[in-house]
Amino acid sequence: MAAIRTPVQVALNRTAIAAVLVITLIFLAPIYWIASTAFKPRNLATTIPPTVIFEPELSPFAKLFTKRSQLREAPTPEEYAAAPWWERLVFDGGEKVVRSGRGEIQLSAYPNRFLNSLIVAITSTVLAVGMGTFTAYGFSRFKVKGEQDLLFFILSTRMLPPVVVAIPMFLMYRAVGLNDTHWGLILLYTAFNLSFSVWLMKGFIDEIPREYEEAALVDGYTRMEAFFKIVLPEAATGIAATAVFCFITAWNEYAFALIMTNRRAQTAPPFIPSQVGSGLPDWTVIAAGTFLFLLPVAIFTFLLRNHLLRGMSFGAIRK
Amino acid sequence: MADIVLRDVEKFFGSVQVIRKVNLTIKDGEFVVLLGPSGCGKTTTLRAIAGLEDITSGEIVIDGKPVQNLHAADRDIAFVFQLYALYPHLSVFENIAFPLRATRQPRSAVERQVRQVAAALGIEHLLARKPGALSGGDMQRVAIGRALVRRPKAILMDEPIGALDAKLREDMRMELKRLHIENKSTSVYVTHDQVEAMALADRIVVMHDGVLQQVGTPSDVYAHPANLFVAQFIGSPVMNIAPAAVKTEGGRVRLALGGGAAAFEMPAELAPRLSATGAGGALSIGVRPEGVQLAREPATGTIDLEAHLIEPLGAYDIVDLKVGEGFLRARTPAGFVARPGDRVHARLDPAQTHFFDQRSGASLGIRLGA
Repeated sequence: MAAIRTPVQVALNRTAIAAVLVITLIFLAPIYWIASTAFKPRNLATTIPPTVIFEPELSPFAKLFTKRSQLREAPTPEEYAAAPWWERLVFDGGEKVVRSGRGEIQLSAYPNRFLNSLIVAITSTVLAVGMGTFTAYGFSRFKVKGEQDLLFFILSTRMLPPVVVAIPMFLMYRAVGLNDTHWGLILLYTAFNLSFSVWLMKGFIDEIPREYEEAALVDGYTRMEAFFKIVLPEAATGIAATAVFCFITAWNEYAFALIMTNRRAQTAPPFIPSQVGSGLPDWTVIAAGTFLFLLPVAIFTFLLRNHLLRGMSFGAIRK
Repeated sequence: MADIVLRDVEKFFGSVQVIRKVNLTIKDGEFVVLLGPSGCGKTTTLRAIAGLEDITSGEIVIDGKPVQNLHAADRDIAFVFQLYALYPHLSVFENIAFPLRATRQPRSAVERQVRQVAAALGIEHLLARKPGALSGGDMQRVAIGRALVRRPKAILMDEPIGALDAKLREDMRMELKRLHIENKSTSVYVTHDQVEAMALADRIVVMHDGVLQQVGTPSDVYAHPANLFVAQFIGSPVMNIAPAAVKTEGGRVRLALGGGAAAFEMPAELAPRLSATGAGGALSIGVRPEGVQLAREPATGTIDLEAHLIEPLGAYDIVDLKVGEGFLRARTPAGFVARPGDRVHARLDPAQTHFFDQRSGASLGIRLGA
């Protein structure tokens, strides 16, 4: 039944919509800034006032993915004509793509750092959510001695800002040879996310009626089968929501990645700003790197949006 | 199908004892209802039979085999939950097929059995739907289908229709009875609704505080309650219970209620039979409202009382008669007493008067005129 709204309610409603619009714009502004800079010619990236209308180009991306050096002399017309389109973009910027002795193009470190980020974030998310779900199930369904204390202990691992332990962690990692390894970061991020994952998943699993599993148990299934056939599908929403949060945390983590890695296992967050300092800062390349870096989280969240919406409004925090 | 035997079953939750020395035999094909108020241990007993709850001591035997140490999955029984417990992510078909899938049967056999059960329950047209799209009654039909499909040794039901509205509950009650008659499945059914229990049960088991109070057919439990608890729990409207004193004057025996405000005549045999029970202590009597007989004109053995309240219930009225400080409720034909304040002539039907030891609550087993 449609309620009849008074003029005051209509006005309030419109104000609320306007407020949401303004807030959305404020949040989208930096993203627009990054995205637009990623497609700007270098000379327009730092103009004051900012250039809003420009012809977008892909040279920042060509530069992002290649190893470059300053041009001493302009390329010969033959050289220019023989180069692929993206190499010409680099020439246009007064640089050239570095080639090996056999003429192979040298890639920049960015693709590798990006891949590291994917490996570390995905693996640690799978581990944190997987172990968190099992742990939460145990706490939710069985009588665990000292349950409240254990749950509090798990929560307490998040009470300290993680960076506080960065130095001791670094020393320990160096001692056991975990620094600058994928597993080192994966271990670290899994530990960060695990407590969060346990608590969030416990909320979701508490919401699933025990009768579902009991019905399965009576119907001839083992508890393990009941868990996989009944509890997991029912908890999918919660798992999706938890996974998004864990992935974002691992994907965006900067401080530990900076301290614990420098080459082999370095992830994108510490790498991107490190490019500021080589020669004159090329903000378009940094923007291009950041722009690509934003995409996986956006895509992941978009794919799980239906689960997330349900996840936010369903259970989660409610006890 | 099989019989179920409970021997000295006890269950503690921490230091709280929820089942005390329960002994019960449920015969093959019998429909037994565990009846009692919430917290009386009936659901725990049912869950213990199913294997969803461990027992502290005692023995549970299904089909001649002790099962108290077996997992629920290995007991070959089915359980119907109050809130259906249908898996939301599976279709109705898959929900009913779920127990069969555990036994790794061929596809065609599963399909055939599911369709057969669905047809018996009249839910064939719902097989493709998800439980969320079903009405409460249909959800319960699916839950019952899931229980029946495997042809288990016994079907256990925990208030299966308690969440439905009154009309639907009545329909489902009849359907359950029909299914039981068709399938002859050993059934144990838990409810706190005595009407449901009376309507469905071959035998009713009344429980209170983890103790079996009485086991018997519905008519037996209704007509011969073993103690005050059963007397008050079974029957609606509730049985009148009042402290009473027996007075003998010149060969006539009277039963004084309400501190002597009213004395009802009883057959002379009451006095010797009371003394024969050896219960010298205080006495309580119980009379169902239909045992309080009213007349407009005085007759032998009636006493004059004032109608205080009248509850018209359509088919009949419940009239509250003032007796001293308390009331005696009588069941009369609709409109028999015109208005509150009218005087009527009442007598207690001796055949429907129950005598209890006030202290222990146990029935003294006296049946007058029988």
